[in-house]
Amino acid sequence: MLDSPCIVLDRVGRRFEAKHALEQVTATIRPGEFVAIIGKSGAGKTTLLRCLACSIPVSKGSIRFGDQDLAALHGSALRLHRARVGMIYQQFNLVRRLRVLDNVLIGRLPHLTGWRRWAALGRYFDASQHEVALRCLDHVGLLDRVWQRADTLSGGEQQRVAIAKILAQETQVILADEPVASLDVMNGALIMETLQRIAASAGITVIANLHHVEYARRYADRVLGLRNGHLMFDGSPVGLTEEVVTDLFGDVPTDAPGPTPVTVGEAIWASS
Amino acid sequence: MGQLLTKPLANLHVGPAPQAPPRPSTLGRNLLSMLVLAVVLGWAAQVIELRPLELLRDLGNIGTFLKGYLNPSFAHVRLYAWQCVITVCIALWGTVMAIVIAVPLGLLGAHNLAPHPLLYHAARRVMDLFRAVNEFVFALMFVTAVGLGPFAGMLALGIHTGGVLGKLLSETIEAIDPGQVEGVTAVGAPRLHIIGFGVVPQILPNFLSYILLRFESDIRSASVIGMVGGGGIGFYLWDTIRAFNDREAATVILLIVGMVICVDILSARIRRAVI
Repeated sequence: MLDSPCIVLDRVGRRFEAKHALEQVTATIRPGEFVAIIGKSGAGKTTLLRCLACSIPVSKGSIRFGDQDLAALHGSALRLHRARVGMIYQQFNLVRRLRVLDNVLIGRLPHLTGWRRWAALGRYFDASQHEVALRCLDHVGLLDRVWQRADTLSGGEQQRVAIAKILAQETQVILADEPVASLDVMNGALIMETLQRIAASAGITVIANLHHVEYARRYADRVLGLRNGHLMFDGSPVGLTEEVVTDLFGDVPTDAPGPTPVTVGEAIWASS
Repeated sequence: MGQLLTKPLANLHVGPAPQAPPRPSTLGRNLLSMLVLAVVLGWAAQVIELRPLELLRDLGNIGTFLKGYLNPSFAHVRLYAWQCVITVCIALWGTVMAIVIAVPLGLLGAHNLAPHPLLYHAARRVMDLFRAVNEFVFALMFVTAVGLGPFAGMLALGIHTGGVLGKLLSETIEAIDPGQVEGVTAVGAPRLHIIGFGVVPQILPNFLSYILLRFESDIRSASVIGMVGGGGIGFYLWDTIRAFNDREAATVILLIVGMVICVDILSARIRRAVI
Protein backbone atom coordinates (compact mmCIF):
# COMPACT_ATOMS: atom_id res chain seq x y z
CA MET A 1 0.00 0.00 0.00
CA LEU A 2 2.66 2.44 0.99
CA ASP A 3 4.71 2.40 -2.20
CA SER A 4 4.69 6.09 -2.95
CA PRO A 5 4.54 6.86 -6.66
CA CYS A 6 7.01 8.99 -8.50
CA ILE A 7 5.35 12.37 -9.08
CA VAL A 8 6.22 13.99 -12.38
CA LEU A 9 5.26 17.59 -13.11
CA ASP A 10 5.72 18.33 -16.78
CA ARG A 11 5.56 22.00 -17.81
CA VAL A 12 2.55 22.56 -15.53
CA GLY A 13 0.59 25.78 -16.08
CA ARG A 14 -2.55 27.03 -14.40
CA ARG A 15 -4.45 30.19 -15.27
CA PHE A 16 -7.23 31.95 -13.40
CA GLU A 17 -8.98 33.91 -16.12
CA ALA A 18 -6.18 35.96 -17.71
CA LYS A 19 -3.72 35.58 -14.87
CA HIS A 20 -1.04 32.91 -14.73
CA ALA A 21 -0.83 31.34 -11.29
CA LEU A 22 1.62 28.70 -12.47
CA GLU A 23 3.80 28.56 -15.56
CA GLN A 24 6.15 25.94 -16.93
CA VAL A 25 6.71 24.15 -13.62
CA THR A 26 8.71 21.00 -14.24
CA ALA A 27 9.94 18.72 -11.48
CA THR A 28 10.20 15.06 -10.57
CA ILE A 29 9.53 14.13 -6.97
CA ARG A 30 10.96 10.81 -5.90
CA PRO A 31 9.12 8.45 -3.53
CA GLY A 32 9.65 9.25 0.15
CA GLU A 33 11.05 12.71 -0.42
CA PHE A 34 10.16 15.53 1.97
CA VAL A 35 9.63 18.49 -0.32
CA ALA A 36 9.02 22.03 0.88
CA ILE A 37 7.46 24.54 -1.49
CA ILE A 38 8.37 28.08 -0.50
CA GLY A 39 7.47 31.47 -1.85
CA LYS A 40 5.51 34.62 -1.06
CA SER A 41 1.72 34.75 -0.80
CA GLY A 42 0.36 34.57 -4.31
CA ALA A 43 3.47 32.84 -5.69
CA GLY A 44 1.36 29.82 -6.68
CA LYS A 45 2.10 27.46 -3.78
CA THR A 46 -1.52 26.69 -2.96
CA THR A 47 -2.44 26.44 -6.64
CA LEU A 48 0.29 23.87 -7.17
CA LEU A 49 -0.89 21.85 -4.17
CA ARG A 50 -4.49 22.03 -5.36
CA CYS A 51 -3.43 20.75 -8.76
CA LEU A 52 -1.55 17.87 -7.12
CA ALA A 53 -4.59 17.07 -4.99
CA CYS A 54 -6.72 17.11 -8.11
CA SER A 55 -9.12 19.66 -6.64
CA ILE A 56 -8.49 21.86 -9.69
CA PRO A 57 -7.26 20.77 -13.13
CA VAL A 58 -4.08 22.10 -14.72
CA SER A 59 -4.48 24.42 -17.72
CA LYS A 60 -1.28 23.35 -19.45
CA GLY A 61 1.18 20.51 -19.13
CA SER A 62 0.55 17.41 -17.05
CA ILE A 63 0.97 15.88 -13.62
CA ARG A 64 1.57 12.16 -13.32
CA PHE A 65 1.46 10.01 -10.18
CA GLY A 66 3.34 6.87 -11.23
CA ASP A 67 1.90 6.20 -14.65
CA GLN A 68 -1.45 7.83 -13.85
CA ASP A 69 -2.14 11.18 -15.51
CA LEU A 70 -4.26 13.27 -13.12
CA ALA A 71 -6.19 14.95 -15.93
CA ALA A 72 -7.76 11.60 -16.80
CA LEU A 73 -9.23 11.03 -13.34
CA HIS A 74 -13.00 11.01 -12.88
CA GLY A 75 -15.57 9.43 -10.59
CA SER A 76 -14.32 6.44 -8.65
CA ALA A 77 -10.77 6.73 -10.04
CA LEU A 78 -10.64 10.29 -8.71
CA ARG A 79 -11.86 9.11 -5.31
CA LEU A 80 -9.15 6.45 -5.35
CA HIS A 81 -6.57 9.13 -6.07
CA ARG A 82 -7.89 11.23 -3.19
CA ALA A 83 -7.66 8.19 -0.92
CA ARG A 84 -3.98 7.79 -1.84
CA VAL A 85 -3.24 11.46 -1.19
CA GLY A 86 -3.62 12.81 2.34
CA MET A 87 -4.35 16.50 2.83
CA ILE A 88 -3.23 18.62 5.76
CA TYR A 89 -4.71 22.12 5.94
CA GLN A 90 -3.76 25.33 7.67
CA GLN A 91 -7.18 25.37 9.36
CA PHE A 92 -7.08 21.59 10.11
CA ASN A 93 -10.53 21.06 8.48
CA LEU A 94 -11.72 18.55 11.06
CA VAL A 95 -15.46 18.12 11.47
CA ARG A 96 -15.68 20.22 14.59
CA ARG A 97 -18.80 18.71 16.14
CA LEU A 98 -17.59 15.12 15.74
CA ARG A 99 -15.46 13.31 18.30
CA VAL A 100 -11.73 12.90 17.76
CA LEU A 101 -12.21 9.18 17.10
CA ASP A 102 -14.85 9.80 14.41
CA ASN A 103 -12.58 12.31 12.72
CA VAL A 104 -9.81 9.73 12.51
CA LEU A 105 -12.27 7.08 11.33
CA ILE A 106 -13.21 9.40 8.44
CA GLY A 107 -9.78 8.45 7.09
CA ARG A 108 -10.99 4.84 6.93
CA LEU A 109 -14.04 5.67 4.78
CA PRO A 110 -12.40 5.02 1.40
CA HIS A 111 -11.21 1.58 2.58
CA LEU A 112 -14.60 0.26 3.64
CA THR A 113 -16.30 -2.25 1.39
CA GLY A 114 -19.70 -3.93 1.23
CA TRP A 115 -22.04 -3.53 4.19
CA ARG A 116 -19.36 -1.78 6.24
CA ARG A 117 -19.59 1.15 3.89
CA TRP A 118 -23.30 1.54 4.61
CA ALA A 119 -22.90 0.88 8.30
CA ALA A 120 -20.44 3.78 8.45
CA LEU A 121 -23.29 6.15 7.55
CA GLY A 122 -24.77 5.24 10.93
CA ARG A 123 -21.34 5.86 12.55
CA TYR A 124 -20.73 2.13 12.91
CA PHE A 125 -17.16 0.94 12.34
CA ASP A 126 -15.99 -2.58 13.15
CA ALA A 127 -13.29 -3.45 15.66
CA SER A 128 -10.45 -3.59 13.15
CA GLN A 129 -11.19 -0.04 11.95
CA HIS A 130 -11.26 1.12 15.56
CA GLU A 131 -7.89 -0.55 16.15
CA VAL A 132 -6.33 1.26 13.20
CA ALA A 133 -7.76 4.58 14.38
CA LEU A 134 -6.53 4.09 17.95
CA ARG A 135 -3.03 3.13 16.74
CA CYS A 136 -2.90 6.30 14.67
CA LEU A 137 -4.10 8.46 17.56
CA ASP A 138 -1.57 6.83 19.87
CA HIS A 139 1.17 7.58 17.36
CA VAL A 140 0.45 11.31 17.57
CA GLY A 141 0.06 11.05 21.36
CA LEU A 142 -3.63 11.89 21.62
CA LEU A 143 -5.07 8.59 22.85
CA ASP A 144 -6.53 10.30 25.93
CA ARG A 145 -8.56 12.73 23.79
CA VAL A 146 -10.34 10.03 21.81
CA TRP A 147 -13.88 10.75 23.11
CA GLN A 148 -13.59 14.54 23.07
CA ARG A 149 -15.23 16.69 20.45
CA ALA A 150 -12.73 17.99 17.90
CA ASP A 151 -13.57 21.64 18.61
CA THR A 152 -12.54 21.26 22.26
CA LEU A 153 -8.92 20.68 21.23
CA SER A 154 -6.19 23.28 20.80
CA GLY A 155 -4.91 24.12 17.32
CA GLY A 156 -1.80 21.98 17.66
CA GLU A 157 -3.85 19.03 18.89
CA GLN A 158 -6.32 19.42 16.04
CA GLN A 159 -3.48 19.31 13.53
CA ARG A 160 -2.19 16.14 15.19
CA VAL A 161 -5.68 14.61 14.85
CA ALA A 162 -5.56 15.59 11.17
CA ILE A 163 -2.25 13.73 10.86
CA ALA A 164 -3.74 10.68 12.63
CA LYS A 165 -6.60 10.85 10.15
CA ILE A 166 -4.33 10.65 7.10
CA LEU A 167 -2.30 7.89 8.77
CA ALA A 168 -5.56 5.95 9.12
CA GLN A 169 -6.20 6.77 5.49
CA GLU A 170 -2.96 4.90 4.66
CA THR A 171 -1.90 7.50 2.14
CA GLN A 172 1.11 7.27 -0.15
CA VAL A 173 1.56 11.01 -0.46
CA ILE A 174 0.89 13.80 2.05
CA LEU A 175 0.11 17.28 0.76
CA ALA A 176 0.29 19.88 3.50
CA ASP A 177 -0.94 23.42 2.81
CA GLU A 178 0.71 25.72 5.36
CA PRO A 179 0.44 23.04 8.08
CA VAL A 180 1.98 25.20 10.80
CA ALA A 181 0.98 28.72 9.80
CA SER A 182 -1.78 28.88 12.45
CA LEU A 183 0.33 27.33 15.19
CA ASP A 184 2.83 28.63 17.71
CA VAL A 185 6.51 27.76 17.40
CA MET A 186 6.45 24.76 19.73
CA ASN A 187 3.42 23.13 18.13
CA GLY A 188 4.74 24.00 14.69
CA ALA A 189 7.99 22.18 15.37
CA LEU A 190 6.10 19.20 16.79
CA ILE A 191 3.94 18.94 13.65
CA MET A 192 6.94 19.31 11.33
CA GLU A 193 8.87 16.64 13.24
CA THR A 194 5.90 14.29 13.04
CA LEU A 195 5.62 14.83 9.30
CA GLN A 196 9.38 14.33 8.91
CA ARG A 197 9.24 11.10 10.91
CA ILE A 198 6.36 9.80 8.78
CA ALA A 199 8.26 10.63 5.59
CA ALA A 200 11.46 9.01 6.82
CA SER A 201 10.12 5.87 8.50
CA ALA A 202 7.11 5.02 6.35
CA GLY A 203 8.59 6.21 3.06
CA ILE A 204 5.60 8.48 2.41
CA THR A 205 6.24 11.45 0.15
CA VAL A 206 5.47 14.74 1.89
CA ILE A 207 4.95 17.95 -0.05
CA ALA A 208 4.43 20.94 2.21
CA ASN A 209 3.76 24.60 1.44
CA LEU A 210 5.69 26.71 3.91
CA HIS A 211 6.21 30.41 4.00
CA HIS A 212 8.82 30.15 6.72
CA VAL A 213 12.17 29.46 5.08
CA GLU A 214 13.49 28.24 8.46
CA TYR A 215 11.10 25.28 8.55
CA ALA A 216 12.07 24.36 5.00
CA ARG A 217 15.79 24.53 5.90
CA ARG A 218 15.36 22.36 8.96
CA TYR A 219 12.97 19.64 7.83
CA ALA A 220 12.94 19.30 4.05
CA ASP A 221 15.11 17.08 1.85
CA ARG A 222 14.41 19.29 -1.08
CA VAL A 223 13.05 22.78 -1.63
CA LEU A 224 11.06 24.14 -4.55
CA GLY A 225 10.98 27.93 -4.68
CA LEU A 226 8.16 29.65 -6.55
CA ARG A 227 7.95 33.27 -7.63
CA ASN A 228 5.01 34.62 -9.63
CA GLY A 229 4.12 31.09 -10.70
CA HIS A 230 7.59 30.22 -11.97
CA LEU A 231 9.87 27.60 -10.42
CA MET A 232 12.93 29.67 -9.46
CA PHE A 233 14.72 27.22 -7.20
CA ASP A 234 14.91 23.45 -7.04
CA GLY A 235 17.51 21.87 -4.82
CA SER A 236 18.58 20.82 -1.37
CA PRO A 237 18.01 23.24 1.54
CA VAL A 238 21.77 23.78 1.67
CA GLY A 239 21.48 25.74 -1.54
CA LEU A 240 19.08 28.24 0.06
CA THR A 241 21.56 31.09 0.30
CA GLU A 242 20.63 34.64 1.22
CA GLU A 243 20.63 35.59 -2.45
CA VAL A 244 18.21 32.82 -3.36
CA VAL A 245 15.87 33.79 -0.51
CA THR A 246 15.99 37.47 -1.41
CA ASP A 247 15.32 36.52 -5.00
CA LEU A 248 12.24 34.54 -3.96
CA PHE A 249 10.88 36.84 -1.28
CA GLY A 250 12.38 40.18 -2.31
CA ASP A 251 10.05 43.09 -2.78
CA VAL A 252 9.13 42.31 -6.36
CA PRO A 253 5.51 43.38 -6.67
CA THR A 254 3.28 40.48 -7.50
CA ASP A 255 -0.05 40.66 -9.27
CA ALA A 256 -0.76 36.95 -9.01
CA PRO A 257 -4.30 36.19 -7.81
CA GLY A 258 -5.00 34.60 -4.46
CA PRO A 259 -6.39 31.09 -4.32
CA THR A 260 -10.08 30.78 -5.14
CA PRO A 261 -11.80 28.67 -2.50
CA VAL A 262 -13.29 25.36 -3.56
CA THR A 263 -17.02 25.38 -2.81
CA VAL A 264 -18.83 22.53 -1.11
CA GLY A 265 -20.76 21.75 -4.28
CA GLU A 266 -17.58 21.53 -6.36
CA ALA A 267 -16.02 19.31 -3.74
CA ILE A 268 -18.90 16.85 -3.76
CA TRP A 269 -20.18 16.85 -7.30
CA ALA A 270 -17.16 17.75 -9.40
CA SER A 271 -16.02 14.14 -9.19
CA SER A 272 -18.79 12.86 -11.46
CA MET B 1 -9.72 74.28 24.50
CA GLY B 2 -12.58 72.80 26.52
CA GLN B 3 -11.97 71.28 29.92
CA LEU B 4 -14.01 68.25 28.80
CA LEU B 5 -10.99 66.99 26.95
CA THR B 6 -8.99 64.40 28.83
CA LYS B 7 -5.29 64.89 28.90
CA PRO B 8 -4.21 62.39 26.21
CA LEU B 9 -6.67 63.81 23.69
CA ALA B 10 -5.69 67.33 24.63
CA ASN B 11 -2.15 66.42 23.64
CA LEU B 12 -3.22 64.71 20.46
CA HIS B 13 -5.56 67.37 19.14
CA VAL B 14 -4.55 70.97 19.66
CA GLY B 15 -5.93 74.14 18.14
CA PRO B 16 -9.51 75.34 17.63
CA ALA B 17 -12.48 72.97 17.95
CA PRO B 18 -13.19 71.28 14.60
CA GLN B 19 -16.29 72.22 12.60
CA ALA B 20 -18.37 69.32 11.29
CA PRO B 21 -19.85 69.79 7.83
CA PRO B 22 -23.52 70.96 7.99
CA ARG B 23 -25.92 68.17 8.86
CA PRO B 24 -28.24 67.30 5.97
CA SER B 25 -31.90 67.90 6.84
CA THR B 26 -34.19 64.88 6.92
CA LEU B 27 -37.27 66.73 8.19
CA GLY B 28 -39.00 66.95 4.81
CA ARG B 29 -38.50 63.28 4.03
CA ASN B 30 -39.75 62.21 7.47
CA LEU B 31 -42.88 64.34 7.22
CA LEU B 32 -43.63 63.01 3.76
CA SER B 33 -43.29 59.36 4.80
CA MET B 34 -45.54 59.94 7.83
CA LEU B 35 -48.15 61.54 5.58
CA VAL B 36 -48.04 58.62 3.13
CA LEU B 37 -48.35 56.13 5.99
CA ALA B 38 -51.37 58.02 7.42
CA VAL B 39 -53.12 58.06 4.04
CA VAL B 40 -52.55 54.33 3.50
CA LEU B 41 -53.77 53.46 7.01
CA GLY B 42 -56.86 55.65 6.62
CA TRP B 43 -57.74 54.07 3.30
CA ALA B 44 -57.24 50.56 4.70
CA ALA B 45 -59.54 51.43 7.61
CA GLN B 46 -62.26 52.38 5.12
CA VAL B 47 -61.77 49.10 3.26
CA ILE B 48 -62.14 46.91 6.36
CA GLU B 49 -64.99 49.05 7.78
CA LEU B 50 -63.07 49.82 10.93
CA ARG B 51 -65.69 51.24 13.33
CA PRO B 52 -64.51 50.97 16.93
CA LEU B 53 -67.66 52.66 18.25
CA GLU B 54 -69.76 49.63 17.31
CA LEU B 55 -67.75 47.66 19.82
CA LEU B 56 -69.08 50.01 22.51
CA ARG B 57 -72.64 49.86 21.21
CA ASP B 58 -72.60 46.06 21.28
CA LEU B 59 -71.13 45.90 24.75
CA GLY B 60 -74.33 44.28 25.99
CA ASN B 61 -73.93 41.32 23.58
CA ILE B 62 -70.37 40.83 24.69
CA GLY B 63 -71.62 40.74 28.27
CA THR B 64 -73.88 37.77 27.54
CA PHE B 65 -71.01 36.01 25.76
CA LEU B 66 -68.71 36.59 28.69
CA LYS B 67 -71.24 35.17 31.12
CA GLY B 68 -71.13 31.87 29.23
CA TYR B 69 -67.38 31.87 28.77
CA LEU B 70 -66.69 32.52 32.43
CA ASN B 71 -68.81 29.52 33.34
CA PRO B 72 -67.42 26.61 31.30
CA SER B 73 -69.39 23.38 31.14
CA PHE B 74 -67.60 20.13 31.83
CA ALA B 75 -70.37 17.88 30.52
CA HIS B 76 -68.37 16.72 27.47
CA VAL B 77 -64.86 17.32 28.73
CA ARG B 78 -63.76 13.70 28.15
CA LEU B 79 -64.74 13.89 24.49
CA TYR B 80 -62.87 17.17 24.08
CA ALA B 81 -59.80 15.86 25.87
CA TRP B 82 -59.70 12.87 23.53
CA GLN B 83 -60.00 15.22 20.56
CA CYS B 84 -57.00 17.13 21.93
CA VAL B 85 -55.04 13.86 21.96
CA ILE B 86 -56.03 13.34 18.31
CA THR B 87 -54.88 16.89 17.58
CA VAL B 88 -51.45 16.23 19.07
CA CYS B 89 -51.21 13.04 17.00
CA ILE B 90 -52.08 14.96 13.82
CA ALA B 91 -49.34 17.48 14.56
CA LEU B 92 -46.86 14.73 15.46
CA TRP B 93 -47.30 12.79 12.22
CA GLY B 94 -47.67 15.97 10.23
CA THR B 95 -44.23 17.02 11.46
CA VAL B 96 -42.76 13.58 10.70
CA MET B 97 -44.14 13.76 7.18
CA ALA B 98 -42.75 17.29 6.88
CA ILE B 99 -39.26 16.05 7.79
CA VAL B 100 -39.49 13.31 5.15
CA ILE B 101 -40.40 15.95 2.57
CA ALA B 102 -37.95 18.58 3.83
CA VAL B 103 -34.74 16.52 3.83
CA PRO B 104 -34.49 15.78 0.09
CA LEU B 105 -35.92 19.17 -0.90
CA GLY B 106 -33.61 20.99 1.51
CA LEU B 107 -30.51 19.13 0.28
CA LEU B 108 -31.34 19.82 -3.37
CA GLY B 109 -32.41 23.39 -2.64
CA ALA B 110 -29.09 24.40 -1.03
CA HIS B 111 -26.98 26.01 -3.73
CA ASN B 112 -23.74 24.64 -2.29
CA LEU B 113 -24.99 21.03 -2.48
CA ALA B 114 -27.28 20.97 -5.52
CA PRO B 115 -25.87 18.63 -8.19
CA HIS B 116 -27.43 20.69 -10.99
CA PRO B 117 -28.92 24.22 -11.17
CA LEU B 118 -32.10 22.78 -12.69
CA LEU B 119 -32.67 20.50 -9.68
CA TYR B 120 -31.87 23.40 -7.36
CA HIS B 121 -34.51 25.61 -8.96
CA ALA B 122 -37.04 22.79 -9.12
CA ALA B 123 -36.60 22.05 -5.41
CA ARG B 124 -36.83 25.73 -4.52
CA ARG B 125 -40.04 26.24 -6.51
CA VAL B 126 -41.68 23.14 -5.01
CA MET B 127 -40.84 24.43 -1.52
CA ASP B 128 -42.21 27.86 -2.45
CA LEU B 129 -45.46 26.24 -3.60
CA PHE B 130 -45.80 24.19 -0.41
CA ARG B 131 -45.19 27.26 1.72
CA ALA B 132 -47.32 29.66 -0.28
CA VAL B 133 -50.48 27.57 0.01
CA ASN B 134 -51.91 27.71 3.52
CA GLU B 135 -52.42 24.43 5.38
CA PHE B 136 -56.17 25.11 5.44
CA VAL B 137 -56.31 25.18 1.66
CA PHE B 138 -54.38 21.91 1.54
CA ALA B 139 -56.79 20.49 4.12
CA LEU B 140 -59.82 21.42 1.99
CA MET B 141 -58.17 19.68 -0.97
CA PHE B 142 -57.27 16.55 0.99
CA VAL B 143 -60.72 16.33 2.54
CA THR B 144 -62.17 15.95 -0.94
CA ALA B 145 -59.45 13.42 -1.80
CA VAL B 146 -59.28 11.16 1.29
CA GLY B 147 -62.48 12.19 3.11
CA LEU B 148 -63.10 14.03 6.37
CA GLY B 149 -60.89 13.21 9.32
CA PRO B 150 -57.46 13.45 10.95
CA PHE B 151 -55.66 11.82 8.00
CA ALA B 152 -56.56 14.71 5.71
CA GLY B 153 -55.42 17.17 8.39
CA MET B 154 -52.11 15.40 8.83
CA LEU B 155 -51.43 15.38 5.07
CA ALA B 156 -52.20 19.10 4.85
CA LEU B 157 -49.91 19.97 7.75
CA GLY B 158 -47.16 17.68 6.46
CA ILE B 159 -47.05 19.28 3.03
CA HIS B 160 -47.11 22.88 4.21
CA THR B 161 -44.61 22.34 7.03
CA GLY B 162 -42.47 20.27 4.66
CA GLY B 163 -42.05 23.35 2.51
CA VAL B 164 -41.18 25.53 5.49
CA LEU B 165 -38.72 23.06 7.02
CA GLY B 166 -37.13 22.39 3.64
CA LYS B 167 -36.50 26.10 3.18
CA LEU B 168 -35.00 26.42 6.68
CA LEU B 169 -32.86 23.33 6.08
CA SER B 170 -31.46 24.62 2.80
CA GLU B 171 -30.60 27.98 4.40
CA THR B 172 -28.82 26.13 7.21
CA ILE B 173 -26.85 24.04 4.73
CA GLU B 174 -25.84 27.13 2.79
CA ALA B 175 -24.24 28.54 5.94
CA ILE B 176 -21.99 25.55 6.71
CA ASP B 177 -18.20 25.72 6.83
CA PRO B 178 -16.86 24.36 3.50
CA GLY B 179 -13.47 23.56 5.07
CA GLN B 180 -14.93 20.77 7.19
CA VAL B 181 -16.59 19.27 4.12
CA GLU B 182 -13.34 19.51 2.17
CA GLY B 183 -11.63 17.58 4.97
CA VAL B 184 -13.98 14.65 4.33
CA THR B 185 -13.96 14.95 0.53
CA ALA B 186 -10.18 14.92 0.48
CA VAL B 187 -9.92 11.39 1.90
CA GLY B 188 -11.80 10.11 -1.15
CA ALA B 189 -15.02 9.33 0.70
CA PRO B 190 -18.12 8.43 -1.32
CA ARG B 191 -20.73 11.14 -1.79
CA LEU B 192 -23.27 9.98 0.79
CA HIS B 193 -20.47 9.73 3.34
CA ILE B 194 -19.35 13.27 2.56
CA ILE B 195 -22.87 14.45 3.41
CA GLY B 196 -23.17 12.13 6.42
CA PHE B 197 -19.85 13.11 7.98
CA GLY B 198 -19.12 16.56 6.59
CA VAL B 199 -22.56 18.18 6.36
CA VAL B 200 -24.94 16.47 8.81
CA PRO B 201 -22.95 17.11 12.02
CA GLN B 202 -22.79 20.79 11.12
CA ILE B 203 -26.53 21.25 10.53
CA LEU B 204 -28.06 18.82 13.04
CA PRO B 205 -28.49 21.11 16.08
CA ASN B 206 -30.09 23.87 14.03
CA PHE B 207 -32.33 21.49 12.15
CA LEU B 208 -33.57 19.84 15.35
CA SER B 209 -34.35 23.24 16.77
CA TYR B 210 -36.34 24.16 13.65
CA ILE B 211 -38.26 20.88 13.81
CA LEU B 212 -39.33 21.58 17.40
CA LEU B 213 -40.32 25.12 16.48
CA ARG B 214 -42.48 23.87 13.62
CA PHE B 215 -43.98 21.16 15.83
CA GLU B 216 -45.22 23.86 18.20
CA SER B 217 -46.68 25.76 15.28
CA ASP B 218 -48.23 22.54 13.91
CA ILE B 219 -50.01 21.98 17.23
CA ARG B 220 -51.62 25.41 16.89
CA SER B 221 -52.62 24.74 13.27
CA ALA B 222 -53.90 21.24 14.08
CA SER B 223 -56.13 22.67 16.80
CA VAL B 224 -58.12 24.60 14.20
CA ILE B 225 -57.74 22.45 11.10
CA GLY B 226 -60.82 20.46 12.19
CA MET B 227 -62.91 23.49 11.18
CA VAL B 228 -62.47 22.50 7.55
CA GLY B 229 -62.86 18.78 8.23
CA GLY B 230 -59.26 17.93 9.06
CA GLY B 231 -60.08 16.15 12.34
CA GLY B 232 -59.19 16.94 15.93
CA ILE B 233 -60.51 19.49 18.43
CA GLY B 234 -61.01 22.16 15.76
CA PHE B 235 -64.33 20.70 14.68
CA TYR B 236 -65.77 21.07 18.19
CA LEU B 237 -64.39 24.58 18.47
CA TRP B 238 -66.21 25.51 15.26
CA ASP B 239 -69.37 23.63 16.22
CA THR B 240 -69.79 25.10 19.71
CA ILE B 241 -69.01 28.67 18.67
CA ARG B 242 -71.41 28.54 15.72
CA ALA B 243 -74.18 27.12 17.88
CA PHE B 244 -73.64 29.96 20.42
CA ASN B 245 -72.95 27.22 22.93
CA ASP B 246 -70.72 29.56 24.94
CA ARG B 247 -70.16 27.34 27.97
CA GLU B 248 -68.99 24.41 25.81
CA ALA B 249 -66.86 26.68 23.62
CA ALA B 250 -65.15 27.98 26.74
CA THR B 251 -64.17 24.43 27.72
CA VAL B 252 -62.74 23.74 24.27
CA ILE B 253 -60.71 26.95 24.27
CA LEU B 254 -59.39 26.24 27.74
CA LEU B 255 -58.26 22.76 26.67
CA ILE B 256 -56.55 24.13 23.54
CA VAL B 257 -54.71 26.77 25.53
CA GLY B 258 -53.62 24.15 28.05
CA MET B 259 -52.43 21.82 25.30
CA VAL B 260 -50.43 24.53 23.52
CA ILE B 261 -48.77 25.60 26.77
CA CYS B 262 -47.85 22.01 27.67
CA VAL B 263 -46.33 21.33 24.24
CA ASP B 264 -44.38 24.61 24.29
CA ILE B 265 -42.90 23.82 27.69
CA LEU B 266 -42.05 20.28 26.64
CA SER B 267 -40.37 21.29 23.41
CA ALA B 268 -38.39 24.01 25.16
CA ARG B 269 -37.05 21.32 27.50
CA ILE B 270 -36.16 19.00 24.64
CA ARG B 271 -34.40 21.82 22.85
CA ARG B 272 -32.31 22.61 25.90
CA ALA B 273 -31.42 18.94 26.31
CA VAL B 274 -30.45 18.44 22.66
CA ILE B 275 -28.51 21.61 21.95
